[in-house]
Amino acid sequence: MTSTTGDVVIARASLRDRFVRSFRGSAPIFLILLILLILITIKNPKFAEPGPFLAFIKSSSALAVLAMGQLFVIVSGEFDLSVGSMITVVVTVAAVMINGDSASTVPILGTLFILGVVVGLLNGLIVTRLRVPSFIATLGMLLILQGGIFYWTGGAPRGSLPDNFRVFGRGGISGVPGIGEVPWAVVILIVVGLVAYWLMHRTNFGRELVAIGGNARAAALAGIDVKNARTAAFVISAVSAVIAGILRGGFAGVSAQVGQGYEFAAISACVLGGAVLGGGRGSIPTAIAGALSLQALFVLLNLLGLPKPTQDAFQGLIIIAAVAYASYRLRGQA
Amino acid sequence: VTTSPNAVAPSGPGSPRTRGTASLARVRDGLNDANAGPIWLVLLSIMVVSWALTTYVGGDYLTIDNLTSMVIRSVALGIVAMGQTVVILAGSLDLSVAYLISVAAVATSLIQDGDPGRMILSVLVVLGIGVGVGLTNGLIITKLRVNPFIATLGVGLILRGVLNAAFDNFAGQVAKPFETIAYGSLGPVPWPVILLGTIVAGSWVFLRSTRLGLHVYAVGGNADTARLSGIRSHRVIISAHVLCSLAAVVSGMFLAARIRQGAPWIGPDGGYDLESIAAVVVGGTALAGGRGGVIGTLAGVLILAVLDNLFNQLQFNAFLKLVVRGVIIIAAVAFYAQRERRAGR
Repeated sequence: MTSTTGDVVIARASLRDRFVRSFRGSAPIFLILLILLILITIKNPKFAEPGPFLAFIKSSSALAVLAMGQLFVIVSGEFDLSVGSMITVVVTVAAVMINGDSASTVPILGTLFILGVVVGLLNGLIVTRLRVPSFIATLGMLLILQGGIFYWTGGAPRGSLPDNFRVFGRGGISGVPGIGEVPWAVVILIVVGLVAYWLMHRTNFGRELVAIGGNARAAALAGIDVKNARTAAFVISAVSAVIAGILRGGFAGVSAQVGQGYEFAAISACVLGGAVLGGGRGSIPTAIAGALSLQALFVLLNLLGLPKPTQDAFQGLIIIAAVAYASYRLRGQA
Repeated sequence: VTTSPNAVAPSGPGSPRTRGTASLARVRDGLNDANAGPIWLVLLSIMVVSWALTTYVGGDYLTIDNLTSMVIRSVALGIVAMGQTVVILAGSLDLSVAYLISVAAVATSLIQDGDPGRMILSVLVVLGIGVGVGLTNGLIITKLRVNPFIATLGVGLILRGVLNAAFDNFAGQVAKPFETIAYGSLGPVPWPVILLGTIVAGSWVFLRSTRLGLHVYAVGGNADTARLSGIRSHRVIISAHVLCSLAAVVSGMFLAARIRQGAPWIGPDGGYDLESIAAVVVGGTALAGGRGGVIGTLAGVLILAVLDNLFNQLQFNAFLKLVVRGVIIIAAVAFYAQRERRAGR
């Protein structure tokens, strides 16, 4: 250190300290993602080209959007298990109601968002006003949505999605110089990501959620409307499920299994991104990185020729290891 | 990191010891199991309504056959739910039970392979698997400090992966005499009923009358207070998980005997992970831990079975059943929450 005045030294140290800390706070998942992407590229050099790489982001977009919504709920100290069946509801309702008629896409999209807000409000009100633990409330909602949608369609979703609906999940903007086609899903992911980042990290609402998740009682005493903030988090999560459903419907088409397992995958993505179940900790960029890592892991295991079951086992090992590592680090800080 | 013996702390005003007494009061409170009374009344009224409705549509309700079939169908869920009650009381939860049930069913059927001479071996091995998985869950939660939701979800995924990598459908064959536990009866009482009854009674005695059982309530009520009172909370949580996994493997063996073969889809198809948690909370045990008991859970399991039976008798749509089940789970827990608030907790 060549500085002569103490002030400068302090300033520098704190700057370096802040840099190191911010790096330490978020590095693991970005590092994991980077390693996974490098491993994929080693197995399949084409992966690094813009086209295949954007296709990878496109295939991860539904999970990433869902994870961002879930993060709001997790940060406030709750869970949302109903999002997977919400995806199935969105795809099925869209397929049945639109049934290939491209003129009705826009009104149905509007209806789906209203449905999302209603489901989120119900989840939030059941949790905050009826004081039902969110695990149970959203598990009940999962059963209600799943049973309701299968009852309505007689067990097998019918109808079809027109191209102007599916374009969000599988279409793209063609003719972008140097890249070729940019999928709409990637654009949607970026927009949703920016909005979610702003809401979570740049508004009072986001800070209130973190405070509530850290200590709900203290937050209430500090004048935060805990019930309304948590309800809003559930609405955000349900709306993110609607967007994820629209992306999945375009990408994967209509099936009864379209949303299966997505609730656990979204929670895993948040947790891989350093969010703590119980609340008070979590960030949007790392949650997105968590979702991309999960998807990259599946791509890699596929490339290595490992069957689906082995992928499950790896996913299990990795989420346990990630959380164990995170809580080990948290203990170190305390 | 186990608590050192001198954590029992010196006495004095505001010392951990007074807090310890408060925690004892909480334990007594939890044991009081005030929710268990009304839930049996609810069960009774649901049964009366079902009886009336079933008779109205011309079905037989109060026949021994119908009642027995209802109970037998509750046995597999009932056994897992007992284990789930213990972990939930301890403030944890177990999402790995569904796949553990499949592992146990497949292992039982594979080891026996139709040979009665290998029955004891299969039971011992499967119980060993239960202890192993329970220890794994408990150690990951306590020593690695992984949230129980993630820990048991992860272990469940690992079990699913291992299982589905090796088997896609029926494997092995259960020995003929082993099927007795699912189909036979001792005098007029079917063996499945005896099996469930024994496990419920065992869990009840364990939670009420053993030191470890009381510690389960204390740790679930408030882990910090329990630790300050000198309870080794890690050991309690690990033991609770071992008991839960043991319950799951017993349920798996029962299902193997019932289906006569093991298959990897047995556990997840039955939805035993979320269903057992649902039965526990419908039975009045708090998801946060420390309050409730197995008697309430038994009522919860029976309520779900009675409703299933009613819907079948009325030839109710299978998917609407899910909706009603979802509403009932939420309503039951909302009801307990409102009552608690009125009671001023």
